[in-house]
Amino acid sequence: MTSALGSAPTGRDDRRARPTPTRAHRSRWARAAGTGWLYVLPALVMYAVFVLRPLVLTLQYSLYDWNGIGVARWVGLDNYLTVFTDSDLLKIIGNAIVLIVFFSFIPVALGLLVASMVRRITTGAFGTVVRTILFLPQVIPLVAAGIAWSWLLSSNGLVNQALRAVGLGGVARAWLGDFDTALPAVGVIGAWVLLGLCTILLVTGMSKIDPALYEAARLDGAGPVREFLAVTLPSLRQEIGVCLTVTIIAALASFDIVYISTSGGPGLQTTVPGLEIYRLAFSQRQVGLASALAVVLMLLVLACVLPIQRLSRGEKP
Amino acid sequence: MNLSRREQLTGRVFLIALIVVTLLPFVSMLSAALQPRGTVPSGLEWPSDPQWGNFADAFTAANMGALLRSSLLIVAGVVPVSVLIATMAGFGLGQLRVPGGRLVFGLFLLGLTLPFEAVVTPLYYQMQDLGLLNTRWAIILPLIGLYMPFAVFWMRAHFTNVPVELSEAARVDGSSTWQLFWRVQVPLARPAIASLTILMFLWTWNQFLLAIVLVDDATKRTMAGALGAFQGQWGTDLVLLCAGSLLILTPTLIVFLIFQRQFIKALIQGSVKG
Repeated sequence: MTSALGSAPTGRDDRRARPTPTRAHRSRWARAAGTGWLYVLPALVMYAVFVLRPLVLTLQYSLYDWNGIGVARWVGLDNYLTVFTDSDLLKIIGNAIVLIVFFSFIPVALGLLVASMVRRITTGAFGTVVRTILFLPQVIPLVAAGIAWSWLLSSNGLVNQALRAVGLGGVARAWLGDFDTALPAVGVIGAWVLLGLCTILLVTGMSKIDPALYEAARLDGAGPVREFLAVTLPSLRQEIGVCLTVTIIAALASFDIVYISTSGGPGLQTTVPGLEIYRLAFSQRQVGLASALAVVLMLLVLACVLPIQRLSRGEKP
Repeated sequence: MNLSRREQLTGRVFLIALIVVTLLPFVSMLSAALQPRGTVPSGLEWPSDPQWGNFADAFTAANMGALLRSSLLIVAGVVPVSVLIATMAGFGLGQLRVPGGRLVFGLFLLGLTLPFEAVVTPLYYQMQDLGLLNTRWAIILPLIGLYMPFAVFWMRAHFTNVPVELSEAARVDGSSTWQLFWRVQVPLARPAIASLTILMFLWTWNQFLLAIVLVDDATKRTMAGALGAFQGQWGTDLVLLCAGSLLILTPTLIVFLIFQRQFIKALIQGSVKG
């Protein structure tokens, strides 16, 4: 790292700037190009060494059967075949997709609901307080959110206490330990983390919409629903795209929350690809299979995110 | 504002419900943390005799002093360097427009949606080969690399919008590229740099995956990584776990409350651009 910094240019080579600037700044820039590269280089080196190289290695590992210590054996695409045929691994990928509903759709839907009713958070002290509180889950580590909610959803936790208080003690259970409720319970944690962010982003976008659009819609006799569909949704296209992108990545690549709150259990009910990669690579020493799963996860993220980017950036933001 | 009063009111009610839901986990944790040690707390119940001493116990049990020092060292290793080299690269790509810059930028964009899980296994072996496993360098060096796609993207976006005439004027005055960068461009980029710094501080402080994979010793990890170890060790002692977790959260919360305006701005811009 220090060596990369050591290459910081001194700029001595182009000190002689021309006193009479002509239209020919192209040639001047060309002269600066060599120097320019020195500015890009340190970042590029760090990126190449600690991201691109590992990325290529992941691709390479995924074609081998390797326990991390001994000799690796070439197996071609066998690991990928396993990822797409093994029922456990398919279930694990399915879990991540189910989490999208909770991490992504629920926060965006609720956020839209609040945004369309509030339109702008008051600028005064109340607004500041609202924003600060809603951002809290974004600031704390996901691990802390996991610990807090493990406690809330435990048998003695607040959720069950509340259920008993309203006479629904019958449904009370250890939500994260129950086969049927564990995955939705993990989803609720994610929804809690991302709800505030989505709400604020959407309300911020909302406050930029020209009120005249609403007046026009009202004059045309549009009800609240038409108004929402005709004015709010199209105007917030970019913000919705951002929310979906951020939250879908959070769902598919989730690790921290699951690791802390359930460790993937009970059974494989809440195991997600990120956790399985960690397990395969570091506990079960199946580095090849772990890498194949990692590649699939990476492609899955791109397959979800790229179309959203396209749709939401259709016109220049 | 042509919202009807009733709509406004429902909006407010929703907003307040949202706030309550956001705050409840913290309150519930606090109420558990204040129960006498060894008891089994329940949901939300203010203790008759709050045991504030639990926090002192947790401070010792979690080895908070060492944890704070470790996280600060990691932040100090990651943030200044990342911000500096990303600003330089953003300047090179966005202002100097180096030839082949588009290609390099595309390469950076490739990493923008990359889940850390996709590279953590090779990073482990890479750190092993470098002999850096179980040292803070094993977290610091990869994080700098992993932040580059976003950071370069962010700074390039800023520098692309600075009019080129500004650089030209500085050149006419006879300043070198470095002087132009350091004396003219960096001061102008201060808001973008401040937001980037805040985001990187937060992401580093809260980094979990790299910490648990690459460093075994909790006192050499980030705050989030240490919290994971703390849960592993004290998971069954709910009172202490809640006290410890809240304690580990405190530094972030204090920093957040002091800089909350900048934080929120950075987070909003950060997600919109990312």
